[in-house]
This record gives sequence, structure tokens and C-alpha cells, in this order.
Amino acid sequence: MADPFRWRSTTIRAIAPATARVKSFRFEPLDGPHRAGQHVDVRLIAPDGYQAQRSYSIASAPGDPAGLELMIERLPDGEVSGFFDEIAEVGDAIEMRGPVGAFAWGASEGGPVLLVGGGSGVVPLIAMVRERALRAPHVPMLLLYSVRSAAEAIARGELAARSRDETGFDLTLLLTREGPTAGRRIDRVMIDTAIECLGMPRHSFVCGGNAFVGTVADLLVDAGVRPATIRTERFGG
Amino acid sequence: MATRGFTGRPPAAEIAKRLPPGQHLTDDFPVLQMGPTPRVATEGWRFTLRQGSRPLASWTWDELQALPRTRWGGDIHCVTKWSKFDTAWEGVTIDDLLAAAGLEAPTGFVLAEGHDDYTTNIPVPDLTGGKAMIATLYEGQPIEPDHGGPARLLVPHLYFWKSAKWVKGLRFTERDEAGFWELRGYHMYGDPWREQRFTGD
Repeated sequence: MADPFRWRSTTIRAIAPATARVKSFRFEPLDGPHRAGQHVDVRLIAPDGYQAQRSYSIASAPGDPAGLELMIERLPDGEVSGFFDEIAEVGDAIEMRGPVGAFAWGASEGGPVLLVGGGSGVVPLIAMVRERALRAPHVPMLLLYSVRSAAEAIARGELAARSRDETGFDLTLLLTREGPTAGRRIDRVMIDTAIECLGMPRHSFVCGGNAFVGTVADLLVDAGVRPATIRTERFGG
Repeated sequence: MATRGFTGRPPAAEIAKRLPPGQHLTDDFPVLQMGPTPRVATEGWRFTLRQGSRPLASWTWDELQALPRTRWGGDIHCVTKWSKFDTAWEGVTIDDLLAAAGLEAPTGFVLAEGHDDYTTNIPVPDLTGGKAMIATLYEGQPIEPDHGGPARLLVPHLYFWKSAKWVKGLRFTERDEAGFWELRGYHMYGDPWREQRFTGD
């Protein structure tokens, strides 16, 4: 198998808006398979040799023939995310390595699987939802997705359609800045309700901002989920 | 090969010279860990040196506090590419632990073990000679649980995944045995100045 840690050049195949601040980028497939939830490292090189590296979660399911999908959120003053938002075009060559990371789930690991995402932290969880649909449709999975507004929810249409059409997958969308749930945050009641609906999870994955992940992981432990079965990934570094 | 259209924003020279390759400066203190923050109380806490499964020496929280204390200040570098400058730590050096136990390091390698079952491997020469400590204070305060409190290993000249949070012991090993991340492709040594992030770097 190819060495995942070797830097290699890949080409942008397609770019599409996902939300006002997030764009989807499709690249050539990786040399080898990834596990849903893993990330890649991306490296940009200036003419004078200066480099900037960042990590981005993979949104596509392993082996997706459409290629590797990253969802990149434009951050204020983002040195790399700003490049992707304003400059990157289809056909550009980008240096990449990976897949990397232990925040990962595969169909053979079974369920039930509880996913909790905050904002753009949903991206690696989308890969898990897609992996389940492709390779493990019998595995119960629930995604609790906290986001400021419906317009900012990444892949909202796809996730809602999957929740409607796929037996065993449920989406709970919490809008924290608009509608009847404005001001609410993920709390113990929501976690208990999710566990009641799903069953005690065999695997839990929490991804989002630093404070969000800390709070949710503590709530899961309080709700009786075994700490060793909870994996976390934090943005905002 | 240069990336089309990318110029970037290189940091000022006085910052750049303190940044290992591929790193950028942060003012935050990001939290990276594989799972929930374990709840580790100082009551009942023990720190144990082992050789294989055999305990060599062990300290309670109060016993550890009674050992000579050392301060270290400087820069730390995380493999996820942030660096933080001028951090200040206090704790007990590995030299002082070994001296208190009346021991010489029995092997050339260590697996540091955390309360969350995390492990990471470090050669003994990178822990002795004042290079590493069991830290219990950060910026003069007890280390927050999210940052590894009540006690974490501090090996600041290596990438910070080597500085195991919630450390409960050091296990001396005959060979350099891969820890949690090293089994998953992270570099066995992890020198930020040689950008040893992954196997083969």
C-alpha cells in the first residue's frame, strides 16, 4: 500500500458552495482507502518557499468514485482557508498527505453510533453517515447537529433526506441562533433523548469547537457512556 | 512546486526563527486529546515507575509535592501545527524522581502512561538531564484538567503529543515500543525542528 505520509500533488476536480462560508472541494482520490472521520494535511507553497500547512477532515466516504471531498470553512484572516475561498480553481495542483487520525469509524465496527457535531465539526461525521449508508445500512446511527442557523448547516438537504429515507439513521438538528430553539445548547435532556432513541452507543464521536466538544463529552460521560468509547476531535487550534 | 496564486503571510523574522518548519504561532492553548477529559482526583492519585509490569517506585500526590521542584519556561510545539511561545511550567524533573527513588534508569526507553490509557514512547536520554518533568503547575496555577491536570509529563523539546496528559506513570521498556499515536503512524521520536510528524519524516 502507498505510504499515506508521503506528500503528493493532487488536483482540484470540482468546487461548489456548501453554505455562505463553506465550500466543497473535490480532489483526485487518495492512493489508498481512508477510514471515515480521518483528515488529510494540506500544504501550500509560496514562490519564495514559504509553506503553510493545515489539517482538513474528509467529508467523502472511503472509495467515493467522485473523489476526495473536503469542506473548507472561510475563517476570518484565514491564511489557508482564504486561499481556498478566493484563489483556488478547478485544475489547481495542491500538495496533500494522509489519511491521518484515530477519530474514525468503519462499517465493520458496528453500532449503535452516536455522532455529535457543532458547526463545521460535522464534516468528518458526514463521512461516517455516508460510510454507513454505503457499507453498513443495518447499523443504527444518530447525528445530533448543533449549528447557528439552517443556512449555516452543512449538507442539510442530504442529511435530512437520509434521515427520511434511510431506516436506522436519524438526524436531530439544533438551531442555536434562530427559531424556537434559539439560545438552547446541547444539554443532558437532548443527550438522554438521543440515547433513548438510538440505544446505548457502542461508539460516540464528538467534533466541533473546543468548548463544545468538552461540554458534550462530559455530558456523554454523565449519561453513562463509557469514556473509552468516546472519540473527540476539536477545531479552533 | 509553488502553489498557484499563494503568497501566504510569513510571520515576522523574530517569530519565524522560533517556529519549527510547518508551524504557526497561536495565542490560545488548544486542547487535543482522543476522548473525554478523565476525572482524576489528587486523593488516591499515585505516580509509579515500572520496569515491565514490576513497580520500581511510587509516590502519592503529597509525596510528589514534597520532592524538589523545578520551573521551566519556553516554547511548545504541537504536531497539529500550532506553537505556543513562553509557556511556564513547574513540577518535578525525572532526574529528581529517579534520585528520590535511588534508581538509575534500568533501560533505554520509556512508555509514558496516562489515566486515559494513552501511551507514548520516549528515549530515556530525552527525559533526563533536566529535559523533562512531571508538571503540576502551569503559569503558577494547578494545571486545568483539559490540559492534563493534575499532572502531565512535559517533554517540551519534542512534539507535544509526547507530553502525556493525566500521566500516572513511566514504564521502562527494553526496546523503543510504539505508543498510541506512534502505532497509528506518528513518528517514533517527534523532533519538531526536523519536522518528524509521521513515520518516514
